[in-house]
Amino acid sequence: MRSLLSILLIAVPVTLILCLIGLSTGLLEDGKTRSRGIGADLMIRGSTSGSVASFSATSIPEALVARLEQQPHVQMAIGVVVHPFEVVLNVMGVDLDQFNRMSGGFTYLAGGPLRRPYDVLIDEYFAAQKHLKAGDTYRMLNHDWRITGIIAGGKLSRIVVKKEVLQELDAATNKVTFIYVKCDRPSQADEVKAQLQSLLPGYPIYTMEEVTSMFSVNNVQGLSQFIAVIVGIGVIIGFAVVCLSMYMAVLQRTREIGILKSLGASNGFILGMILSEALMMALGGTALGILLSYGATWLIHVFAPAALPMAIVKTWWPIAGGVTMVGAALGALYPGLAAARHDPIEALAYE
Amino acid sequence: MSNGAIIEIRQLVKTYMAGRVPVPALRGVDLTVEPGDFVSIIGPSGSGKSTLFHIIGGLTPPTSGHVRVAGQDMVTMTDGDRTRMRRRTIGFVFQKFNLLPNLTARDNIAVARFLGGFDHKPDPQFEEILRLLGVEQRLDHKPSALSGGEQQRIAIARAVVNHPAILLADEPTGNLDSGNSNAVLEILRGLNQRTGQTILMITHNPEAASYGHRIVEMRDGRIV
Repeated sequence: MRSLLSILLIAVPVTLILCLIGLSTGLLEDGKTRSRGIGADLMIRGSTSGSVASFSATSIPEALVARLEQQPHVQMAIGVVVHPFEVVLNVMGVDLDQFNRMSGGFTYLAGGPLRRPYDVLIDEYFAAQKHLKAGDTYRMLNHDWRITGIIAGGKLSRIVVKKEVLQELDAATNKVTFIYVKCDRPSQADEVKAQLQSLLPGYPIYTMEEVTSMFSVNNVQGLSQFIAVIVGIGVIIGFAVVCLSMYMAVLQRTREIGILKSLGASNGFILGMILSEALMMALGGTALGILLSYGATWLIHVFAPAALPMAIVKTWWPIAGGVTMVGAALGALYPGLAAARHDPIEALAYE
Repeated sequence: MSNGAIIEIRQLVKTYMAGRVPVPALRGVDLTVEPGDFVSIIGPSGSGKSTLFHIIGGLTPPTSGHVRVAGQDMVTMTDGDRTRMRRRTIGFVFQKFNLLPNLTARDNIAVARFLGGFDHKPDPQFEEILRLLGVEQRLDHKPSALSGGEQQRIAIARAVVNHPAILLADEPTGNLDSGNSNAVLEILRGLNQRTGQTILMITHNPEAASYGHRIVEMRDGRIV
């Protein structure tokens, strides 16, 4: 029972680590997929923008879109307005005809395209999370919106509205947040990027390859540090749980340790026995933690598929296991040494 | 001093420290045991019988004196040396059986064999001993499923599995009824007679002591 409880407690930080990594990776992969789904070759951001995972103000003059379309090798450009909505979600405003030309259009799972000003398209995950269907009215940004279509996920945004409406709501008429540029040929992206950089100094311009490569843990400010903190907590919890558990085990088994010593078990054998048991518990905790992370992924997928796209990141299994092993080995060291140092005569007399 | 003795003890002193207070447990013990002897050691509680066993068994070092067990000088031995000696040279049988509770009888014996460094090859002599002990049918039971007599027989089997030079039995019948006591004593005598096993047995029971070839009495840390 003690061992089972210990395994369960060890599993908790493993699950925490795997969930955190799964959420980070899921969110970043989702961002990557939706960026690729736009069909653009270049992205131009506002002059005040920070990391790729954050959004700057809607500050780019929309007139630039037409100017960009006149540049050599630029097939088309579209302006997009972004309005943050709930945690990690955004509403994006586009000219649907232009977006369709650039991306090939949305896949409608139900309903159809935007027609009236306060029409909205939502993707399948947001619809599932909010229990919405085409034709429903949804209150968002202090307005009632009519859901005209449910679109397949993986393009642009989970919530899409008309650009002009979002500009008006954000008091950003004739301004856009990003401009996406499609080149005549994707291979011209670097050449066109250099050309546009001289035209628009001060505006960060990225190829979509660069954009997608920036969707990584290291490029999200503070995320890698946060992961390090969680990993550290995992080591500490593993250490504390195993230390307490094995200390209790050594107390309970004092007589058994005495018996083994009377049979000729060396201090190293006793220490190894305690460490082995701790590492077995860590292994069990890792396996249970992995199973629990599947359970957590399922729960998140059921309750918040749009807001928290969580992935199973198998490459982190050995890392989480290693973290647990280190914590367990450290935690077992003191009880193990205490057991190894037991005087066999006193241990045999222990009741 | 006999050259062929398996245990030679001269002027053995053992003093324990109770905090800063020295507590003498053995005050100059002399004892010689020849191979194949069956020696019963009797004496009141606190006379030093168990301490003498612990020193012969390598569980604690002597404070001073001369102690040779199976040709090894116990005075100069390190803790590691004594540990290694316990694996093959000494077999212990305790009053409370001291079997590992989570292991079957077979595994209790196997642990001793493993620690002794023996492989899993069949050991005809040990099979013979198992037959003598009459526990062949009980080997797959855990100690909690065994009677006191059966547990002590398993403990004896474990003690002799590595064919130790000396078997130390500390009150082996202390927790048994008279029927099982007699059975265990007969087993010890049988082991001594059939295999020439050297046995030192502590007991309070004069009848049990009579199973030995000779009786040594201890009092106040000395042999009297």
